[in-house]
Amino acid sequence: MEKPTWEKVLVLGSGPIVIGQAAEFDYAGTQACRALREEGVEVVLVNSNPATIMTDPDVADRVYIEPLTVEFVERIIERERPDGLLATMGGQTGLNLAFQLTKKGVLERCGVKLMGTSLQSIERAEDREEFRSLMQELGEPVPPSVIVAEVDAAVEFAESIGYPVIVRPAYTLGGTGGGIAQDRETLEKIAQGGLQASMIGQILVERSVAGWKEIEYEVLRDSAGNCITVCHMENMDPVGVHTGDSIVVAPCQTLTDREVQTLRTSARRIVDALGIEGGCNVQYALHPERLEYVVIEVNPRLSRSSALASKATGYPIAKVATKIALGQTLPEIPNAVTGKTSACFEPALDYVVVKIPRWPFDKFSEADRSLGTQMKATGEVMGLGRNLETALLKAVRSLEIKTFGVLLPEFVELSEEELSRRCQKPDDQLLFIMAEGLRRGWEVAKLQTLSRWNPYFLRALEKIAKMSDTLRQAPWERKSLLAAKRLGFSDVVIADCWQSDEEAVYQFRIKQGIQPVFKMVDTCAGEFEAVTPYFYSSYDQEQEVEPSARRKVVVLGSGPIRIGQGIEFDYCSVHSVLALRAAGVETIIINNNPETVSTDFDTSDRLYFEPLTLEDVTAVLEREKPEGVIVQFGGQTAIGLAKPLAQRGYKILGTSIEDIDRAEERGLFDEVLQGIGAKRPRGEQAATLEEALKVADNIGLPLMVRPSYVLGGRAMEIVYSPLELEHVILRALAEFPGQEIWMDQYLVGTEVEVDAVSDGENVCIPGIMEHLERAGVHSGDSIAACPPLTLTLAVQQHIGELTMAIAQALKIRGLLNIQYVIYQDEVYVLEVNPRSSRTVPFLSKVTGVPIVDLATQVILGSTLKDLGIKPGLWPKPEHYAVKAPVFSFSKLIQVEPSLGPEMKSTGEVMGMDRTHEKALYKALLASGLSMAAHGTLLVTLADRDKAEGLPLVKRFRDLGFRILATEGTTEVLKKAGIAVERVSKLHQGSTEITEEIRAGRIQGVINTTTHNKKQASDGFVIRRSAVEHGIPCFTSLDTASAWLQVLETISPSLMPLESAH
Amino acid sequence: MPFLVLQDRTVFEGEGFGAWPAERGEQAGEVVFNTSMSGYQEIITDLSYAGQILVLTHPQIGNYGWHDEENEADKILLKGLIVRELASGEGSLHADGSLKEFCQEHGIWGLKGVDTRALTRHIRQQGTIPGVLVVGEEDGLQYWKRVENRELNWHPHQHWVYQTTTAESYEIPGKGPFVAVLDCGAKRNILRSLQEYGFRIRVFSVTTPAEEILRARPKALVLSNGPGDPSELPEIVATIRELLPKLPILGICLGHQLLALAAGGETYKLPFGHRGGNHPVQDSRTQKATMTAQNHGYAVREESLAQSGFQVILRNLHDGTVEGMEHTTYPVFSVQYHPESAPGPEENHKIFEDFFHKIGLIG
Ligand SMILES: Nc1ncnc2c1ncn2[C@@H]1O[C@H](COP(=O)(O)OP(=O)(O)O)[C@@H](O)[C@H]1O
Ligand SMILES: Nc1ncnc2c1ncn2[C@@H]1O[C@H](COP(=O)(O)OP(=O)(O)O)[C@@H](O)[C@H]1O
Ligand SMILES: [Mg+2]
Ligand SMILES: [Mg+2]
Repeated sequence: MEKPTWEKVLVLGSGPIVIGQAAEFDYAGTQACRALREEGVEVVLVNSNPATIMTDPDVADRVYIEPLTVEFVERIIERERPDGLLATMGGQTGLNLAFQLTKKGVLERCGVKLMGTSLQSIERAEDREEFRSLMQELGEPVPPSVIVAEVDAAVEFAESIGYPVIVRPAYTLGGTGGGIAQDRETLEKIAQGGLQASMIGQILVERSVAGWKEIEYEVLRDSAGNCITVCHMENMDPVGVHTGDSIVVAPCQTLTDREVQTLRTSARRIVDALGIEGGCNVQYALHPERLEYVVIEVNPRLSRSSALASKATGYPIAKVATKIALGQTLPEIPNAVTGKTSACFEPALDYVVVKIPRWPFDKFSEADRSLGTQMKATGEVMGLGRNLETALLKAVRSLEIKTFGVLLPEFVELSEEELSRRCQKPDDQLLFIMAEGLRRGWEVAKLQTLSRWNPYFLRALEKIAKMSDTLRQAPWERKSLLAAKRLGFSDVVIADCWQSDEEAVYQFRIKQGIQPVFKMVDTCAGEFEAVTPYFYSSYDQEQEVEPSARRKVVVLGSGPIRIGQGIEFDYCSVHSVLALRAAGVETIIINNNPETVSTDFDTSDRLYFEPLTLEDVTAVLEREKPEGVIVQFGGQTAIGLAKPLAQRGYKILGTSIEDIDRAEERGLFDEVLQGIGAKRPRGEQAATLEEALKVADNIGLPLMVRPSYVLGGRAMEIVYSPLELEHVILRALAEFPGQEIWMDQYLVGTEVEVDAVSDGENVCIPGIMEHLERAGVHSGDSIAACPPLTLTLAVQQHIGELTMAIAQALKIRGLLNIQYVIYQDEVYVLEVNPRSSRTVPFLSKVTGVPIVDLATQVILGSTLKDLGIKPGLWPKPEHYAVKAPVFSFSKLIQVEPSLGPEMKSTGEVMGMDRTHEKALYKALLASGLSMAAHGTLLVTLADRDKAEGLPLVKRFRDLGFRILATEGTTEVLKKAGIAVERVSKLHQGSTEITEEIRAGRIQGVINTTTHNKKQASDGFVIRRSAVEHGIPCFTSLDTASAWLQVLETISPSLMPLESAH
Repeated sequence: MPFLVLQDRTVFEGEGFGAWPAERGEQAGEVVFNTSMSGYQEIITDLSYAGQILVLTHPQIGNYGWHDEENEADKILLKGLIVRELASGEGSLHADGSLKEFCQEHGIWGLKGVDTRALTRHIRQQGTIPGVLVVGEEDGLQYWKRVENRELNWHPHQHWVYQTTTAESYEIPGKGPFVAVLDCGAKRNILRSLQEYGFRIRVFSVTTPAEEILRARPKALVLSNGPGDPSELPEIVATIRELLPKLPILGICLGHQLLALAAGGETYKLPFGHRGGNHPVQDSRTQKATMTAQNHGYAVREESLAQSGFQVILRNLHDGTVEGMEHTTYPVFSVQYHPESAPGPEENHKIFEDFFHKIGLIG
């Protein structure tokens, strides 16, 4: 059969970053686009997420940043008339879109072929019923299970096969709505949630195999039937904890060859039977005591695991999968690693890889941290080492959770009971909990029974725990030091054991001549000459890295994706690298995030997959001796390393350390502002309640309170009354007595954000972003518009001048980001970040100014003049753009969904169009908001907001919404003559509200918080049930009115005659 | 202090485990590396490694302990085992013992703490090279001096095959057709694979004359894997030459090489061999490729087969070397790799099926 030829291909992205679908799809999509263009195919790309590399003009021939809905993609297809659609790079979002497009007949009508794995195959893999029957045909074991659409049926089945059972919905992300039930009661609850989470209202109830080994295989198959398994991976957490929330090791460490081959053979049979053409992920549960397994699931697409597998092995899965989709066969595709041989082989690793998820619980202290079948991590890190312990410890210190080892002081006090209880119930800290147990001398066997972890992994953990003792007993001894280093210990942990400091240990170590060498990730365990510039450190004999003689610069990445530091910073790092390469400079990236484009080995000239700590970065710099280090693009992670690196004598390129300090140290920064006569909210410090109350008197309420130390995030709070103030202050002081607490005048004004490039003299300000929510909602959680909407030209000019003055005063060389508040026509400075920011990708795409590229050249020494860039505030763009945040609340149980000064969103989308309203519409639609302009709206307003809320509610009513409200709010609305029905509050003993929500009789919720964030409070319950049922829930009137504005523009209002005159 | 000293005087220091002598001693052999990530047990007990010092590239070895039923042979002729780290063997909850114990009990000298990647890269660049395990670096250097002065020989005069083959021929009962195996050091899984078809199997020593084998009237002959240089085995080659026209033959690994020689072909030594579980082999008839388990230091020279009556049908995707050949007139077929896996990919088990199907022994 002769192969199809492709001229133009449409690639689907995966949309905003949410829990369960993160940066891995930017990596996959970007590699796919490059692979397509390599083959001379014209590439059209659609994705609503502006913070991605794939949405860069130079990645595809045409990029559409549009909502990923059938309607929009259909129009793009109509217009572009591609002959192929590549959907398997866009995660579940991409697949679901492909389904809808097919069902709607769009693909057929426009003659678009779905590339790679066929829809039938995908359906057979994803629909549990079809999948199970296929498995039965093949004789592949699956746990006994039924698919049901009602809770009762679930219970009936469970009673028949016996508990425990697991509930898993069909068609969801990250296991939303799944869970394991030990008894009838929990089953009913979980089944309920699962049915709601499922796109097709079905759940699978299944015999639980929790406690078995969880194993994953990454398989590639081509249209000719050639089939390889690129990598197998083993979860340290046994079955029961989602693979995305599990600590994962590659390759499998505890399986005999017979077990490895049995599962491999099974995986190939399944992939073959499905007729996969591309990448596929197969998950197994393997019995720990005998050769018995069951198939857990198959993902017939690229996944988070395939990104991990690519980085773990160096095998470019997405690239090869794309070529397969083009019709090429594995033997034909050249091997990117050796440059000679073919892609048809299975990588052999001579190192161990450990991935640890990054959870958002540092931000959400109140969240339910327990881990189960529903994924909660926002990102992940990877560590490579020549033994398990090293890989594990590298991953631990890459997490940036304030520990470099596995022994946490806060657990030393835990009672034995508490400790063993927590070993039985996995949460994000299990690893550290078990390490504490081992430190106390608990037997591996004991932990094995408690946690069901494999003793092999526990033994490794024990080695690490014990090594700390060894170190304590042998301070400043070469032998113990070397042993600790070979086990992956960092100087910091060794310093703790020796009651010394990192620097002293470092100096001692260097004197002892104990330094790491670098090994290559070559996919073949050294069997062939490899050309991959991909390295990791090891305390070993042979140094493989030969530094070149070229001019070279190191760019520090941003580590794991987490709330507050997302994919935007990877975008910036990658762009900096591209700019450096264009300037003929050799580029070296150091990063530890396996999901991202920056850790693709052909992004930079050299990739060091290492933790972003002083020690690990130092080792690379010592070997490479670069001209300098760029820290501006890796977020706070990289900036944080600037000072310690400089103290070790390495050159920081761009803005100097002193100036970075002047921007970040409050006292110094105030001087800077005074110097240029710029205002900032009045603020004072207090260390006792008395002082605090006094400050409140001086400055006046409301106040923005910022304790300098709080466990588990949630630092900033807005307080409106002395009572609240007392509450907040006392809580903070209880945690850290005597700490300094900053209190700023809270300015209820318009928040504005700018990003600018400065060469120290001249400053280029591509644009100003205005937030739709008033200050008080974190800049990362607010809807931002560019160009600004309400700012007078005068104010904009003033902001431009201020920005320039600040950049000059701080002698910024490179990027800076400033947040302002406009309060009573005065411009106040909130904060200055002497680095790239979350909004850089957005602003670059809106204005077309290559912000990072310019900044990088400035950092290299050019001036804006040299670059021919007009200084000052740029004229506003022709079109309008809006950036909207995306949240993952439904996955984070117990988390307060209301917006405030602490960031909570996981991702963002962008809408662009000729008018602001249209751009806003696109952004909100892309963010997943329902656009139905009718139904029932539940309103409960805090007294503070009632007056302001009225007209808003009236307009909703005019649109045709039925208004439900709670007591107080009802009164006010009635008085204002707005038709409203009253629902009784929850604490009045009624569950009416939650019932209405569950029954789907409510289409929107406006609920502004009364600021006692008691979780018990009505508001909290209402907000939670709203987000859990996927109902729009507005906690800021500004967001609500943005939504209203859109609804009004897209739908005519209902206007009975009499009210017309 | 235990050392590995290569003939080119490159020295690797490590810690000893397994069967080291109390004070001094030496253990010499050809140093080869295997890149399999699992299956250390099957590899260590594979007689093809007789007389060699084995380097395993996976950095932690011994993870899942020792499972007696996985041994590929009872005799152990491996000289030494070199790993970066000897792991705690607790990974498998159904293990019978540990790698460490096995090495102690079976006289394998183990060396751990070695930068095995450095050693592997050295072998890749320099080619397979003899080395000696010694207590004390100086002893090693002395050893090679003595070898150069012809004071001693680092390898035995007799070919390893005569130790790896069975002393007495023996029979494995079965209800099915009668199949003969010429045992050059057969992996147990080759015999297991044959048993799966219910064959009655007779395993002959390599010293068995052709007539004797023919007299037994087998329906087919399997030439097994085995150690060493095939070109040093003229007697066995002669035996096979005699049998070639008279019996359906399936050759595996060394058996494949011996077939080539018997048909007038040549073999040669590969720079550093093929040892691992991820070697892609392509079928020139279908262009399809499979992953194979391999363990060989020699290969058949394709040009030399011109007049042999053999036709090359399988080649290695990496370096194009001969992986399988089929006779144009006789029902004779052979593969360079290990279709029986153990360790390694199982996808080539069908080689047996195809062969026995073709010659009508199975339906
Ligand atoms: N039958 C089962 N018994 C116990 N745990 C299970 C079972 N099936 C799946 N799980 C657990 O649930 C997790 C999520 O299930 P999976 O089908 O992989 O959902 P997702 O599509 O979200 O990856 C798995 O990683 C596994 O740990
Ligand atoms: N004095 C203030 N008045 C009004 N809003 C403020 C004030 N200080 C901070 N905020 C709000 O809190 C948010 C976070 O504060 P910021 O200092 O930017 O912290 P971060 O470093 O997390 O960005 C800002 O985006 C702004 O909306
Ligand atoms: Mg899964
Ligand atoms: Mg901010």
